[in-house]
Amino acid sequence: MSHAHTNDDHGMGHVSPIWMLLGVFALLIFFTVLTVAVTYVDLGPANIWVALAVAVVKGALVGLYFMHLRYDSPFNSLILVSAFLFLAVFIGLALMDTGEYQSNIAPPDSVRPNSG
Amino acid sequence: MTSENEHTGDTGHGDNHHPHLAHHFETPAQQFESGKLGMWVFLATEILMFGGLFCAYAIYRGNHQDVFLYGYGALDKMWGATNTVVLLASSLTMAWAVRAAQKGQQKLLIGMLIATFMGGVGFMVIKGVEYKAKWDHHLFPGTMNAFYYEGGQPKHPEALPHAIEYIDGRNLGGEAHGGGGHAPAGHEPAEDSPQHEAVPGDDAHAAEHTSAEPASAGVRAEQNATAHLASASPVIVQAVYGAPADVSTIKPPASPADMGVNDAVIDQAGEVSMPSAAHTQILWNDLSSDQQKKVHLFFGIYFLMTGLHGLHVLIGMVLIAWLILKAKKGTFGKDYFAPVDIGGLYWHLVDLIWIFLFPLLYLIH
Amino acid sequence: MSVIQDPVKVGGYGGQQEPGGTNYINHSKGIMSWLLTLDHKRIGLMYMIAVLGAFLLGGSLAVVLRTMLFMRAAPDVAPMTPAAQDLYNQVFTLHGAVLVFMFIIPAVPAILGNIVLPLMLGAKDVAFPRLNLLSWYCYMVGGAFFLFVLLNGRLDTGWTFYTPYSTSSTTSVTAATLGAFVLGFSSILTGLNFIATIHMLRPAGMGWFRMPLFLWALYATSIIQVLATPVLAITLLLLAAERVLGVGIFDPAMGGDPVLFQHFFWFYSHPAVYIMILPAMGIISELMATFCRRQIFGYSFIAFSSIAIALLGFLVWGHHMFTSGQSAMTNAVFSLITFSVAIPSAIKVFNWLATMYKGSISLATPMLYALAFIWLFTIGGLTGVFLGALSLDIMAHDTYFVVAHFHYVMVGSMLTAFIGGMYYWWPKMFGKMYSEPVAKVAWFLIFVGFNLTFFIQFIAGSQGMPRRYADFLPEFAWYHQFSTVGSYVLAIGLFLVLYNWVHSLFAGRKAPQNPWGGNTLEWHTSSPPPHENFTEDPHVTDPYQMHAWDYDESIDGYVYDKAKAIELDQQSHH
Repeated sequence: MSHAHTNDDHGMGHVSPIWMLLGVFALLIFFTVLTVAVTYVDLGPANIWVALAVAVVKGALVGLYFMHLRYDSPFNSLILVSAFLFLAVFIGLALMDTGEYQSNIAPPDSVRPNSG
Repeated sequence: MTSENEHTGDTGHGDNHHPHLAHHFETPAQQFESGKLGMWVFLATEILMFGGLFCAYAIYRGNHQDVFLYGYGALDKMWGATNTVVLLASSLTMAWAVRAAQKGQQKLLIGMLIATFMGGVGFMVIKGVEYKAKWDHHLFPGTMNAFYYEGGQPKHPEALPHAIEYIDGRNLGGEAHGGGGHAPAGHEPAEDSPQHEAVPGDDAHAAEHTSAEPASAGVRAEQNATAHLASASPVIVQAVYGAPADVSTIKPPASPADMGVNDAVIDQAGEVSMPSAAHTQILWNDLSSDQQKKVHLFFGIYFLMTGLHGLHVLIGMVLIAWLILKAKKGTFGKDYFAPVDIGGLYWHLVDLIWIFLFPLLYLIH
Repeated sequence: MSVIQDPVKVGGYGGQQEPGGTNYINHSKGIMSWLLTLDHKRIGLMYMIAVLGAFLLGGSLAVVLRTMLFMRAAPDVAPMTPAAQDLYNQVFTLHGAVLVFMFIIPAVPAILGNIVLPLMLGAKDVAFPRLNLLSWYCYMVGGAFFLFVLLNGRLDTGWTFYTPYSTSSTTSVTAATLGAFVLGFSSILTGLNFIATIHMLRPAGMGWFRMPLFLWALYATSIIQVLATPVLAITLLLLAAERVLGVGIFDPAMGGDPVLFQHFFWFYSHPAVYIMILPAMGIISELMATFCRRQIFGYSFIAFSSIAIALLGFLVWGHHMFTSGQSAMTNAVFSLITFSVAIPSAIKVFNWLATMYKGSISLATPMLYALAFIWLFTIGGLTGVFLGALSLDIMAHDTYFVVAHFHYVMVGSMLTAFIGGMYYWWPKMFGKMYSEPVAKVAWFLIFVGFNLTFFIQFIAGSQGMPRRYADFLPEFAWYHQFSTVGSYVLAIGLFLVLYNWVHSLFAGRKAPQNPWGGNTLEWHTSSPPPHENFTEDPHVTDPYQMHAWDYDESIDGYVYDKAKAIELDQQSHH
């Protein structure tokens, strides 16, 4: 746990091999095509979750390899993860609340004609 | 963050041997790790700041699904995908630049940084083209938006019919309608079509725009104009599909005059073989009158999210320009590449945020 | 009175003096050497001047509004005209906004944290000195926006900028939100700096659990500053976008949601309450240990309770919104989590009390403030538990009960801890001792004045006196007059503190290296410290092992016995 400055034994950063950079890039492009392609398939409400899951995978690739998190101090990953965690708390609780009271404030004619 | 990077480049005023070691650090590695830690903490603040917008987005999309589905029609999936690729490529060159700096490859470093910078330029240019397409149809943020209602009445009755026509047309034509000409991706049915009038900023599109003018001129009262345009829309549906696609959207056939007004749309849309029945087509008349008053909110959120992101791209470009200047002076090498690495982290975060913005804004289903 | 010739007598570190006796204050001269300084101690002093200026402004506004309420009870003398009511709205708005954003939030981290944190780590500076300076400039720019609001514009929304009023008010809401936005950056940069500094610049031998508790508190505070403040930034940007562009996110007429603004605002502003109180609690931990001359009781409980408060603080924002139309389900969730915050808070209080038990208590001025803190924080904290209860909050919401509650926490607790900390580190910062008798009189006036001002507001609030009202029913007149008289006593006490500090700079006795006998590393260097903080590496031991410091009457301070310290350290390891 101690990060006292004397224990920097891993030198200065990790040098990424070129094949890895290109491989990650190819994967990112693949997932971009995938996420666009999947919009042509109707998965109902699952579409958004598929899109978000693909985004998370892409984000993880960028974080782990382009941003060196995989080879970095784990604390840096912890910072990133906790940022998303707190964001989830924020969005989750706010969303839960508006979801609860929305029906009380929406005018009657805003009932959805067809569900997207 | 600029100053933070400058700081890690602080030559300090101590008496250390290492030229880039600030006086309050003991080793270059300690300084390097501190700089990275600082940048990661800063990135966390960026994520939470954008998070506020994502929260607003989630709540409004959750509460006004159809409004979002409708407004999203103004966006261009292929431009969005192109920009994603551009930004991913610039992330690759940035990561490569860090590698070049670590290995002391001066020329490669400068080249990669310039490539990254150009990626930023490309992104902003495409964003500009997209913005212009919105602005040509009065789809501004806030009160200037064509869909803005004030006291139950449209604030811009003269702009509203065009905007409705634009989005209805696009929603019917799908992304083929707008994305065709410029997008590099291969599965575009309209790729080899000579006409793609609705491509943002295209001359042909301007013609279509003009041809729609008499409609609003002829029918002064906006209520009428709205009904009029809406009744024209199902005609397009029939023109495209040959048969009603969705019974609920079908309205009585329009008069020949109406058909004339929308000729350009029909002609052009008629060329398109619709690739996807998966998308629910939402047209203006499918929205309740209450929902119609909220369409401008989608554009408010769209512009805030992409605008703040674009601002970050610009800041990142300034950072990279600064890195290029430093690299040309030969500042960076095997022993000292922290600013490249840390500037890179910032650039990757801008990419990371776009990775989430793209499906949420451009791939609404 | 004290002629310092024997360097060892100064405190045991003969070498901790710059050649020629210079220190960080007289190390270099000229205004630019201050405005462009990267020295954390100088930046801390610049923060001190600016933040105390803001305190003077916000505090004066408090006296003005209390006086207006006093006069209201005598309508024949000063009728409450619409113009006067308008003025009242602006005064209480600026009172709140200036004191929250420009005093309570930055005071402890930016002044005491900046000066003390690197010293406690035995470091030469914070991790990013330029960011530290940038943070001060952000503060000044943000302050300039508020000054503009004060002088050229007006602001009458309350410090919370609630929509929908804030989107339609014709006052300088946009300028004020931009000011708060820039101040937020100042806060973020400080927090970022502290996190990196604590992680990367701890000396060899100082593991996480050998850190002084003030640093744990600052670390917890920094987590909040970093994770919550950006949400305030985007909230204020959205509010500005709402006003300038009319986007409609918070406007129900356009499909927006005014309650959403409150979610956004309190997601920052509730954790911000812990930005205010956590570093204050850290000060109290230091004061308790030093002035009881005793190993702090329950070190790891106090340390982890800081982190627990920081994390739980993110989960309770909805308790500000019980009457806002927030859903019943959300109300219940937030109410439950709110109660749970009482647990780590109480853990701290009990550990402080246990530290005092059988301690050798010295009632020096800083300790008096620590005792006042426990008294006031207990009242403020427990009434917070009342307000966390849904049913009671429905009744007490927006009454003076709430006003009294948060003043007990934010002023009673935070301000007394801040002043106590200032007294405690004053000799270190300036190398001068203040007058102890004057300090004690001022403490008495502040403690009495504060309770006179605010305790009665609990009663007025429970009787139904609503907050933020310029006007009131005749039966509340005497409550307000009583409270106003108390606020004058409080103000006199505060001015006496200021007088004592300023006077000590000119006429104060020269301070020894360690006047209190504390063992955190800032006492291992000279008073005031040299430019580079330490001229020889300080001896890192348990921060609360104070028995290696022996009192020396000739310097009225403590002298370090390093051999004894090593021996004690070895004993504690076995």
